[in-house]
Amino acid sequence: MNIFRFFAKSDSAPAARERLQVLLAHERASVGDSDLVKILRDEIMAVIAKHMQIDSEKVSVKMERGAQVSTLAVDVEIPFDAGKKKKKAA
Amino acid sequence: MGKVIVVTSGKGGVGKTTSTAALGAALAQGGAKVVVVDFDVGLRNLDLVMGAERRVVYDLVNVIQGDAKLTQALIRDKRLQTLYLLPASQTRDKDNLTAEGVEKVITALRKNFDWVICDSPAGIERGATLAMRHADVAIVVTNPEVSSVRDSDRIIGLLDSKTLKAERGEQMEKHLLLTRYDANRAERGDMLKVDDVLEILSIPLLGIIPESMDVLRASNVGAPVTLSDDRSPPALAYFDAARRLNGETIPVAVPGEKRGFFGKFFGRKAA
Repeated sequence: MNIFRFFAKSDSAPAARERLQVLLAHERASVGDSDLVKILRDEIMAVIAKHMQIDSEKVSVKMERGAQVSTLAVDVEIPFDAGKKKKKAA
Repeated sequence: MGKVIVVTSGKGGVGKTTSTAALGAALAQGGAKVVVVDFDVGLRNLDLVMGAERRVVYDLVNVIQGDAKLTQALIRDKRLQTLYLLPASQTRDKDNLTAEGVEKVITALRKNFDWVICDSPAGIERGATLAMRHADVAIVVTNPEVSSVRDSDRIIGLLDSKTLKAERGEQMEKHLLLTRYDANRAERGDMLKVDDVLEILSIPLLGIIPESMDVLRASNVGAPVTLSDDRSPPALAYFDAARRLNGETIPVAVPGEKRGFFGKFFGRKAA
């Protein structure tokens, strides 16, 4: 192995520790169906489905789980004839 | 139509997930459109190795059960535009994988990607047999160690009997990927030799991945090793393996083996 590359590398263990802490905190908190982000996701989708026919291809759901905050972004394309109300949930 | 690869081994901990991520990224780095699929329902880890664990919204089981569309469940890699991940479910169990559901998903992926790489769970149960079911090509990941070689032999038997290809009477294309190869131990004679493993399993060699700290480091930071350090020995070995998958003929170098002038020309034939 090239000795210069060896010294150029910084420790990767702290990154591993941090990633695991965030991941496991979320996984432990979401035993069964008590994961808040997941509940919100499912209920938001249910509400949208109540008012219009959901074309799943036109709905994008993104999650990013962080240490302090998670974000849930729901992007829905609502066609003109889906109903009178036109809005964008995010 | 893309090709479906299963990365399998029977034994756990030999490097299936690492190899799935590294080969998937290597193929995508070459410009191909690639999706890596985690079949380890209940014990997923491909998301972690790919560094996408915080972005999982839907998973394979959601798609099979109709809770989400395939396009919603696919996670695009942040570093490589043409690399996607379909995660496994962490909370449900393997019974949620149905043969029909898996077939539908694989058929759809095959239409949209050049390579569909299925990361099999360890064992020979439902998850493993479903992961290999629709494969065109199998990569058998093996460590140069007796229990791994034995389990690989068992898996090769299943590949030749339980897959769609086998049932149609066709020959399953199988490749051996020898991982965690330690040149020092091989030199001391404490490790099964490459030729021994090849003779016992008698399937063509796709590559030899040296045992390396770079693999651990890559998983620590959540990047396939071909992305985290593309000049490291394991990365170079994975790039070569990816080229062989693409049909190129490149001689396989045995890590640490000193080759003479003739050895370079009459090297081991690759898969």
